Amino acid sequence: MTAVEFEMTGPATGDLRRRSSRRWKEEGIKGMLFICALLSVAVTVGIVLVLSTETVLFFREVPIGDFLFGKVWAPLLAPKHFGVLPLLAGSFLIVIGAGAIGLPVGLATAIYLSEYAGGRTRTIAKPVLEILAGIPTVVYGYFALTFVTPLLRGVFPTTGVFNAASASIVVGIMILPMVASLCDDALRAVPASLRQGAYALGATPFEVSVRVVVPGALSGIVASFVLALSRAIGETMAVTIAAGATPKLTANPLESIQTMTAYIVQVSLGDTPTGTTEYYTIFAVGALLFVITLLANLLAIRILRRFREVYE
Amino acid sequence: MSGILAAPKNLRRRRTQSAVFRWLCLSLTWLCLVLLAVLLVHATREGLPWLDWQFLTDFPSRFPERAGIRSALMGTLWVIGFTALFSIPFGVAAAIYLEEYAERTRVSSMIEVSIANLAGVPSIVYGILGLALFVRWLALGRSVLAGALTLSLMVLPVIIISSREAMRAVPGSIRRASYALGATKWQTVRHHVLPAALPGILTGTILALSRAIGETAPLIMIGALTYVAFVPQGPMDAFTALPIQIFNWVSRPQEDFHALAAAAIVVLLAVLLLMNAVAVIIRIRTQGPRS
Repeated sequence: MTAVEFEMTGPATGDLRRRSSRRWKEEGIKGMLFICALLSVAVTVGIVLVLSTETVLFFREVPIGDFLFGKVWAPLLAPKHFGVLPLLAGSFLIVIGAGAIGLPVGLATAIYLSEYAGGRTRTIAKPVLEILAGIPTVVYGYFALTFVTPLLRGVFPTTGVFNAASASIVVGIMILPMVASLCDDALRAVPASLRQGAYALGATPFEVSVRVVVPGALSGIVASFVLALSRAIGETMAVTIAAGATPKLTANPLESIQTMTAYIVQVSLGDTPTGTTEYYTIFAVGALLFVITLLANLLAIRILRRFREVYE
Repeated sequence: MSGILAAPKNLRRRRTQSAVFRWLCLSLTWLCLVLLAVLLVHATREGLPWLDWQFLTDFPSRFPERAGIRSALMGTLWVIGFTALFSIPFGVAAAIYLEEYAERTRVSSMIEVSIANLAGVPSIVYGILGLALFVRWLALGRSVLAGALTLSLMVLPVIIISSREAMRAVPGSIRRASYALGATKWQTVRHHVLPAALPGILTGTILALSRAIGETAPLIMIGALTYVAFVPQGPMDAFTALPIQIFNWVSRPQEDFHALAAAAIVVLLAVLLLMNAVAVIIRIRTQGPRS
């Protein structure tokens, strides 16, 4: 078919036939595009199916209560224990540390960019944030192990070679650009008239930012926090490289720990035979991780829908 | 300021508070720049002495001075090539459907929700899916193809989301003008919407693929090998990739291997910066004439 079709000659019979074949082609293309769009649903279904079927096989051998509430994780050594709490605690230790660094710094950066910065600062800061966001996680892992950890050991001599603190710090740096850019979007969506109104009442820039703009953008800010923490919990390489491989229940960030993600990597690096209980642990831990991040993502979407201030 | 009106008593304190807050935000913003600089300088300083032609053309080795990234570099090229091949057509097609064709039905809102959720799924979960689906079920083994398919699924939501944004930015008047001339829906999309959205689609796709290049966890899951002394000859061959090689070297205790990792990081970051630069250039060049 040619690209340009002007039907100036009126409805001759050949034209009608061409029209009907054209219609079939149109419908065919639409159908193919629809199938491509359905692929994403298939991927979601695939993830859920794979994780659930293999996890069911795991729970046939290990009671679900032992898995969720057991306090010892030692699946590769005899006597075997399959209590996931130490891995969960490790993941949350990282999330807390990363959140303590990434969230405030990210929000402060966003406030500066949207409320104070001129065009020049934005043109420098925005690409810097984009590059920080694009650096691969394995690079952050290298940075944690060879730069942050020696620094920490200089300050706290009891720090282990592998420790949760240095992994938390780099994961915090990793989520920072995401928080900054999402919060920036949210803050900029607050109409200028609100700021002007506050200034007219004699508020200082600090009061305008913290008492007017930030509350006005709160839903976007909280949603970005939730998304960032969900990213932090799924982070894999930095924690595998820097945080160690010692699953334990501890709140001391200077010790070596293991996260859920790091455990999954550890098993897949070794040669655990397919079909053994150890092999199924990958899927059980992966399913737990998936459920946690899924809930966080749904929560973020909900916060955005529910508590959004609609400005006209 | 006017001296006639009496200033509020607490004005000085509030002004100080405001100035302190401004400086705090400013310095935290600069902290991002400093962190990026420290990271880049640290990796470059450690890695640069090892970075030479021989490093790019040699295979990995037990001896640091003889080790190179040839197989990793070639493996990355193979995997990313196939990832682009799979993910771009499907991603753009899905975006066209959702942006141009889809009516507000149950099915299309289901697709939307699942894309939004897939974008937030940790990359390692895609690795688990790839392991079960491609390596075991389709019996592709630990091949380039299995790796590329896994990464394709991972970048698919990113490509869909950015392509949709690009198409949404195409003014509706262009579509209506095309319909007015008697063009069908597909002709309108094919000849008017897609060309106009192409720069945006390209930018988003390049950024998505650059994310896939640095991705390590899914490839480890599907069993990309950590020691490979050959270049893959076809899609069914075993492979390694740059981030895997970096991970392998970082996890060794010897200092020399850490330096090798740094050198490989410099190469990886150079590739990524190059891709980002291309994306930025496309964005700037096409932003000019509009509006």
